[in-house]
Amino acid sequence: MPQYAAPGTAGSVVEYRARYDHFIGGEYVPPAEGGYFENPTPVTGRTFTELARGTAADVEKAVDAAEGAARSWGKTAPAERAGVLLAIADRVEENLEKLAVAESWENGKPVREALAADMPLAVDHFRYFAGALRAQEGTISQIDEDTVAYHFHEPLGVVGQIIPWNFPILMATWKLAPALAGGNTVVLKPAEQTPASIHVLLELIADLLPAGVINVVNGFGVEAGKPLASNPRINKIAFTGETTTGRLILQYASENIIPATVELGGKSPNIFFDDVAAADDAFHDKALEGFALFALNQGEVCTCPSRALVQRGIYDEFVAAAVERTERSAPGHPLDTETRIGAQSSNDQLEKILAYIDIGKQEGARILTGGGRADPGGELSGGYYVEPTVFEGHNRQRIFQEEIFGPVVSVTSFGDYEEAVEIANDTLYGLGAGVWSRSGNTAYRAARDIQAGRVWVNNYHSYPAHAAFGGYKQSGIGRETHKMMLDHYQQTKNMLVSYSVNSMGLF
Amino acid sequence: MNSGEIGRVDVTERAAELLRSLRQRYGAIMFHQSGGCCDGSAPMCYLKGEFRTGVHDVHLGDLSVPGVPERIEVWMSGPQFEYWQHTHLTIDVVTGRGSGFSLEAPDGLRFLLRSRLLTEEELNSL
Repeated sequence: MPQYAAPGTAGSVVEYRARYDHFIGGEYVPPAEGGYFENPTPVTGRTFTELARGTAADVEKAVDAAEGAARSWGKTAPAERAGVLLAIADRVEENLEKLAVAESWENGKPVREALAADMPLAVDHFRYFAGALRAQEGTISQIDEDTVAYHFHEPLGVVGQIIPWNFPILMATWKLAPALAGGNTVVLKPAEQTPASIHVLLELIADLLPAGVINVVNGFGVEAGKPLASNPRINKIAFTGETTTGRLILQYASENIIPATVELGGKSPNIFFDDVAAADDAFHDKALEGFALFALNQGEVCTCPSRALVQRGIYDEFVAAAVERTERSAPGHPLDTETRIGAQSSNDQLEKILAYIDIGKQEGARILTGGGRADPGGELSGGYYVEPTVFEGHNRQRIFQEEIFGPVVSVTSFGDYEEAVEIANDTLYGLGAGVWSRSGNTAYRAARDIQAGRVWVNNYHSYPAHAAFGGYKQSGIGRETHKMMLDHYQQTKNMLVSYSVNSMGLF
Repeated sequence: MNSGEIGRVDVTERAAELLRSLRQRYGAIMFHQSGGCCDGSAPMCYLKGEFRTGVHDVHLGDLSVPGVPERIEVWMSGPQFEYWQHTHLTIDVVTGRGSGFSLEAPDGLRFLLRSRLLTEEELNSL
């Protein structure tokens, strides 16, 4: 199938409703203040549905529902909770095309990517946490002959989750799967740019969940996100976004003394050592693809490899080949299965990317390809498209230091290993990094010396459930994915038991 | 908008108009420049005091906007300032829908930074 029909037209695999309310206590509830906001598709710029504009009163109602469900959900047998997660995974898998097209239409990403990555990964994450929960064990410590310390995992209770817009369903899954596995109930606020596709998912899975286990309040950060993050009745807040809002979330969490995990982005280096080009073979081709992956999801990925560091011995030739590889992909219709670069998620994102291209030029960086807005024509002229752009410059320029969140990579060269590591670490962030080398020793040392939570060696942009994801430095606190996430969503109960009948003889 | 003084921050007329409207509706306001993922690298507008600046934040300057009784403080984290200090920042506004907790988002508008290099003369006097 070359191109899926757009939602709202004949033959589409998914239909959005004209309006979505909040999902609270297992049913759709209109907003307390009666307001709704429009949701445009970045594919054409036109509105396709509207959503309830949540306020503090709606958040309170959702927290009531989550609190009401927390005790019984937290007490369900792990096998039962795992069964629910497996059933959710099956539903997502059975409706993969529907969800992929829904997400592509709302977010602007190529449906090719949603079909191949976002949805299969979501399926796998639910299954993974079902398995992790079944295999989870507490511990027993022998303190002395008659004293034993038992450690139990217990749910936190009600957790608040604020979801970003770049992977609306997968990022919700990253947070929901471990939270539900851990026995918590959730109040979730989707991003205001992409609030609707999660409701397509909810319609498919609502009957699998007891009422109140997942509650979704739509709305804006200041009106709905803040009452959620600052709510004294939530037991944890999880957020993915940027640093200033991250600090605000941590500030609210400190007021309530609750744990917070924040994932705040990065400026990830992608390092290519000379030996990458030692042969013109499959590995060399893989490395070029690894370079071009900066444009995956239009660059709207926290781990976008937006700084490419290429060793001087191969610089000219490798960068020329990388530019040629980049130019093979041009923005096109996101619902066309051949399209590799879709639309930026919103007009303000588009404007921000163009403002960064402008400061890049002012600072003297050279454009090797791209550098402007793209217009694929027809109905897409109203959408938000950017040419994949390669800058050449140096690491102190702002385009090397700030997350542009667009299909823009900044390339610079390095002489030796020490310089590569120095440039890689000369950043405020430490979320992702890529290292490309045919030498296992070089790759190992570099991966250990780079201050980042996820270092891909000879691959990039892979997100398996069984690998921990999270940042060093200002990229945030905590991890996502991997079974260690269960710890992020559970309390530790220590029961310290004496089996001796004798007094301590102290008092 | 910054009284003709040499400064690091300025505001466009469109953004000034929005600031007047926000001030009227919500009370005194402030900016903190964000970094990082999603809506990072965009200026966040909050009620004054809502965002607690810390000892390592840098006060970039104040915006004097006609119709807003007090100056609007503009802040940035210190480590971020290290990388930004050679540029002059103008707060503008575009249509859009930022996430984050910035006050203007529900209006369907988003503050945006436009930047230029500071001249040598400006840098010497700052």
